[in-house]
Order: sequence, then structure tokens, then C-alpha cells
Amino acid sequence: MVEDIAEGLLTPGDAPCLIGGRHPETGRIVFPCPAGSDYEPIALPRQGTLWSWTVQRYRPKSPPYTGPEDFEPFALGYVELPGTVIVEGPLVGVDFAALRIGMAMTTVRVPFSSNGRTIMTHAFTPVTEAAHG
Amino acid sequence: MADVFIIGIGIHPFGRTQGLSGLQQGAYAVRQALADASLGWDDMQFGFGGSDASGNADTIVNELGLTGLPFINVKNGCATGGSAMIGAWQAIASGQYDVGVALGFDKHPRGAFNALPTEYGLPDWYGEMGLMVTTQFFAMKLQRYMAQYGVSALSLGRVAQKAFGNAVHAEHAWRRSAVDLDTIMNSSMISDPLTKYMFCSPAEGGVALILASEKKARALGRTNIRIRSAVVRTRPPGSFEVFAPSIDIERGGSPTLLAAKAAYEMAGIGPEDIDVAQLQDTESGAEIMHMAENGFCTDGAQEQWLAEGWSEVGGRLPINTDGGCLACGEPIGASGLRQVYESCIQLRGQGRGRQVPGNPRLGYTHVYGAPGISGVTILERMQ
Repeated sequence: MVEDIAEGLLTPGDAPCLIGGRHPETGRIVFPCPAGSDYEPIALPRQGTLWSWTVQRYRPKSPPYTGPEDFEPFALGYVELPGTVIVEGPLVGVDFAALRIGMAMTTVRVPFSSNGRTIMTHAFTPVTEAAHG
Repeated sequence: MADVFIIGIGIHPFGRTQGLSGLQQGAYAVRQALADASLGWDDMQFGFGGSDASGNADTIVNELGLTGLPFINVKNGCATGGSAMIGAWQAIASGQYDVGVALGFDKHPRGAFNALPTEYGLPDWYGEMGLMVTTQFFAMKLQRYMAQYGVSALSLGRVAQKAFGNAVHAEHAWRRSAVDLDTIMNSSMISDPLTKYMFCSPAEGGVALILASEKKARALGRTNIRIRSAVVRTRPPGSFEVFAPSIDIERGGSPTLLAAKAAYEMAGIGPEDIDVAQLQDTESGAEIMHMAENGFCTDGAQEQWLAEGWSEVGGRLPINTDGGCLACGEPIGASGLRQVYESCIQLRGQGRGRQVPGNPRLGYTHVYGAPGISGVTILERMQ
């Protein structure tokens, strides 16, 4: 099995949820769940709506970026997961021209080529009819 | 607190200067500011200064003289220069000193800043995945704002066009050629909706201010610029800042809202009283959003402001009269003080081709940066 880019980001399985952190006193929810803190891990809703987005058109500097030298622009955005928190992540499976604030998105686990090695990261993709089931 | 006056200003031109370190550009600015004030380095009773990436400001004594003065280094991100000014202002307003220097300088490599996750308390994966990029944040804050308040891409272009047009007349600016709207709109997309000409670039430069008490300013015949406000604020809950893997659903205020409010209260005036403003324009949209955050217009009204030219040099509130960060570039430690320098130039009536008409009396400056800090000054022309 290909490993995740970090532990504790996503629940296992084909329908992953992001794992946030909930503060026991204030109820504030953040992502990711801060290690070694008072925050308690909580599975976030899998689906949400696109809050904002952009397209990374140039290769980010390395370090810290570990993606391919042969860079392809990628979309990214913030997705509002209802009642919890707004989370940033790459947007996959969507034409840049089709991105709209408010569109329905779902959490997925996708491969990422990091320093030439394939690992898995979180991302969001538009909700399709099939994914509703 | 006693009144404090700005009696000398100096700047090393922004941009790229081979062969001069950031510190040397800072020393150049201090020498110019001292000459402007008709004072010498040995007249300085203290100094506050800093850079983000060019070393310790107190080593400036190697360049300017070992007078033994107390010198406090400031490292406060984009508010480094502004914080140095506040330190100097407080040192004089408290009555402890009569005259001193505030200094900011920097020299960054080409290309976007490459921040590292650990410097910001973030996990490594955030940077590895390509999310640790400042331009993404600015683009996404703006994208949301444009959709919420009906701001068009054309307005982004107009901000950039104004910046380069103003910089033609600013000797210290980096990019001093006018750029037409078509070129701006059709240049390569960097991070949607922002094109190449709508972003500022990291750069080099130095700025120095000589501050003095009323007694000292009177003795030198230099009471023409009085500091009415100088404040820095950090972020409140629910603000949206650079390098945020998640943000709260319940949206809150911003450090700029806090800093602006505090500055107006300190000066006892409102945004309607301001005659000329320098606002943080890391990219075109930042100037637009900061027009509203600093109280100069309502959200969405910027569309009409830019169409009507109200923020141009001859308009109702000229903004970024020297071309701002878009045309001057951004040496982090010096950028906030460049705004104060330009504010002084305008209030003194020394802006030549970019001079705001009608003898402006109140000048406003606003700097914003990671990890969610904002600095505001309000200066007043006394004669």
C-alpha cells in the first residue's frame, strides 16, 4: 500500500474523511489536528462547498516543494466542510475554467509524486452523481 | 505623550543594486536623512532598525560611526520598518530622548519568497505539496472578495496601470515605465485571477527617518511634519492570513481593521479627513481590499472608484502615489518606511510629477504582512 504524506490526515478506506482537531473547551475545529496539543482528533464531513480557489501556474520553490521538476499547473482551494472548518487542499478532476465558488466538493486521497516517490495526499474533487450514492 | 516630528527622510532607490548589501543601502538612506535634517550621525541619541533577510541593523554603526548610541534591532516581518518607527516615536514621545533614527532595509533573492513550514509552525507536508506559496493566499482571498462584492478583473488591471503610471515620476521606484491596460490584462497568469503585472516582486532598498521632539524640531526649524498616529496590530480571531491549512467558518476581522481603528482614534480623525494614502499593494487586489479595510470606501465601491479615477493623483483620495509595492518592489524591512517617506514627500509638496494638488495636510500609510500584522501611520503637515 502506498503511504500517506503524513499520518493522521485522512481516515482509511476508499471514502476518506479529513481528520481535524476539536478543542475540548472552545469547540474550535482546525485542520490538521495539532500534534501534542489539547485538540482531539475528529473526522470532518467528507463533502462541502468550494469557498475560494486559484491555480498555481508556476513551480513553487524547492525547498519546501517536493513535486515533479516537470511541473504542471494545479488548482487549489478552500472547501467549507459544513459546521466544522474551511480546509485548504489541491483540487483534482476539474477543468480550471469550470471552478466556481459554491460548487459541491468531496474529499479524496490522490497520488502525489514527492521527490520521485509516489505517496498519497488529500485533495478535493467535484461531487458527481455517482459520488452521491 | 509629547508630539514627535519627522525632521529628516532618506531613501536608497528600490529595485536591484549590485555590489551594495542591504545594510549598505540602509546606511545610504541614513546619510541622506541626516543631510536632510542638517544633522550628523553623532547627533543621534538612539536608533531602532531592522531587516527581514539582510542581517542585524545595529551593525550599521560599522558604516556610520562607533558613537556608542543605543540601537535596538527590530524583526517584525512586513511591519519591521513600521515597528522601528514606533519604537523611535515612543522613545521621544516618552520624553526620554530628543532625536533619533528609525531604519529599515532589505535585499531579497529573485523570485517568490520561499518560506519554510517549520518557520511558521506548520507540518512539512504543507510545503512539500506546494501550498506554502504567498501568491496563492493573495489570489484566494481576492477571488472570494471579488465574487462577494462584484469587483471585476478590469479593476485589478486599473490598479496596476495607476501604479506604473505614478512611478514614472518617483525617483526611488523600481519599475518606472508606464504599462498599458491591455498589456497588464493579457500578461501571463501567475495565480488566478492575478497576472504578472498585478503582483509586486521581492526587491532591495533602504529607508531612514530622523525623528525629533518638538523642542529639537523647533530649534532646527523643522516642525513641518508631525506624527499623529503610529500603530501596529496583530490578527484577531477569524482573520484570513497567509499560510493557513484551515480557517474558521465564522469569519472575523483583520489586523488592518484593528490598526486602522486604533490609528484614527489616536489621531482623533476619520478616514474622510485623509488627503493622500499609501496602502499595502502586494498585488492589485490587496490595494482594492485595503481601501475598504482602512475605511476609505464600502466593500464593492472600489469598482466605481477605479472606473472614475478617484484614487489617481488628481482624484478625491490619491492612493500609492509613488507606485506602491507594485512599482517599487518589496524589500520587506524597508517597505513600510517607504510609505512613510512618500507620505512626507507629499505633505512637504516635493512630489513634482506625482504631487497631489491642493496642499495635502493628512497622509495615511498602511503596511500588511505575514503572519497577520498590520501597521498604520497618520502624518500631519503643520504649516
